[in-house]
Amino acid sequence: MFAPAPFLLKNTSVSQVMLQVCIALVPGIAAYAWLVGPAILVQLVIATLTALIAEALMLRLQHKPLAMFLPDGSAIVTAWLIALTFPPLAPWWLVVTGTLFAIVIAKHLYGGLGQNPFNPAMVAFAVCIVSFPALMSQWPSIGLQASLIEQINIILGFSPRIDALSGATPLDAMKTALKLGEGGIDVAQLLANQDIYGNFAGRGWEWVAAGYLLGGLWMWQRKLITWHTPFAFIGAVTLISGALWLYNPAQFANPLFHLFSGGTMLGAFFIATDPVSGCTTPRGKLIFAAGAGLLTYIIRVFGGYPDGVAFAILLMNLCVPVIDLLTQPPIFGMKDKA
Amino acid sequence: MISREEFKTIAGKGIWKQNSSIAQILGLCPLLAVTTNAVNGVMLSLATILVMAISNLAVSALRNFIPHEIRIPVFILIVAALVTVVDLLFNANLHELYLVLGIFIPLIVTNCIVLARVEAFAAKNPPLQSTFDGIFMGVGMLWTLALLGAMRELIGAGTLFGGIDMVFPSLHPIQLLPESYPNFLLAMLPPGAFILLGCMIAWKNWMDARAAERAKLKPPAPVAMAGSH
Repeated sequence: MFAPAPFLLKNTSVSQVMLQVCIALVPGIAAYAWLVGPAILVQLVIATLTALIAEALMLRLQHKPLAMFLPDGSAIVTAWLIALTFPPLAPWWLVVTGTLFAIVIAKHLYGGLGQNPFNPAMVAFAVCIVSFPALMSQWPSIGLQASLIEQINIILGFSPRIDALSGATPLDAMKTALKLGEGGIDVAQLLANQDIYGNFAGRGWEWVAAGYLLGGLWMWQRKLITWHTPFAFIGAVTLISGALWLYNPAQFANPLFHLFSGGTMLGAFFIATDPVSGCTTPRGKLIFAAGAGLLTYIIRVFGGYPDGVAFAILLMNLCVPVIDLLTQPPIFGMKDKA
Repeated sequence: MISREEFKTIAGKGIWKQNSSIAQILGLCPLLAVTTNAVNGVMLSLATILVMAISNLAVSALRNFIPHEIRIPVFILIVAALVTVVDLLFNANLHELYLVLGIFIPLIVTNCIVLARVEAFAAKNPPLQSTFDGIFMGVGMLWTLALLGAMRELIGAGTLFGGIDMVFPSLHPIQLLPESYPNFLLAMLPPGAFILLGCMIAWKNWMDARAAERAKLKPPAPVAMAGSH
């Protein structure tokens, strides 16, 4: 792995890092499968297979040795992030399309691992939500769980029951209700609806987010990621949501709700920390993640999409070269701004 | 007037070697904006061909009378007059299509490829050659826009030749993919145009690289050998 000065050699290979990232995702996935539905496991398998096939194909086209690059696991991490950000009951081809777009266009057409300016998983999400907005906003209602067989049937397109089982995400439900209520309804009333909302955020989803937090903290403890990115991301979301919540608690949900809703935790620990498409300098990481957190909040609260993590990360990806250039750490022994 | 060789060079340059869209990358604004289907692309290209052929002819015929210092305003005036004619023709005869293409017909005036050919070719070459250059540069644009439009339409909506009833009222678009095809909307949106155009440019570069490699492998032509004896 590359890091800026002091260039201490860490003897870890890409595949070891990627394997540990996958392990860190396990608590979140376990909570997801347990509370939201086992369909996510099917989607993970579909995404992983698609990613590996696409990766092998693209490596063949570039005459790169398969044995060296395929097992590096970067495609698997991308695939898992795609499966985790897509609706779990989405038809199989949606995840396949997203994964193919991520691996073929967002990753390999830009030069492969280490060259892609945009986070492939977030490109997949953005492409699919722009192309198939209806399918991308059908999220399963926590209260109405179908059996695994029925969930698989829905994913494979044999069962049309998706409409009966799905609804908006807690974030989206809150935004829509607040918009329709036109000030006559306040957040506390909405949060009292135990069908959608749980103890501190979306029912069920709050524990999925907690699982990501746990995995993320483990990655930080293992020194796979530095504290900068998650700290700045979560800090920015907390600050802006806290400020608006203090200003008008009836119209803006509290920071805890925003931290444990949607993709905040996944974004802060697993997506914004992507070493390829994110910043590499420590100060750059702070700016990058704070910008991403701020944009996430603005898009999810004031924008038209259910969540803002994907677009926030992609927009900040655009700024990475400039941020990295302006935040170069001083050379050892020199004064700052030498 | 014009030799066979000269004609072939002009045609080859316009259609492939200096193709306005995938080699010179000029005139991207109409290219990206109107190619949501093949018919729009073809019709805009036909309008551009008409403008380019006549403007090249006019500029070439007048090239010895236009003062060098003010040539650009003069060129633009000639092109603008022709575009006005085409604009009124479209409005009168293909009114529905005129509404779809909208601002992009008047904007042919500012299309870089028109001014580029007038300045780079017609101002330096005789009228016949200039006319052919205008036509073939337009043909190069026509097939790229048609191909890009067809691809975007097929991926984005599963149809081909959508909007053909605006040109020939008796014809209908072809539904190529089944009705259940989930329209991949991205192809119809601007990013889809950029991505597909990028793929077409890559394809041209790949074909050229392959052709260059083959030319290298070929043994020297026998005519050259005969000369060395």
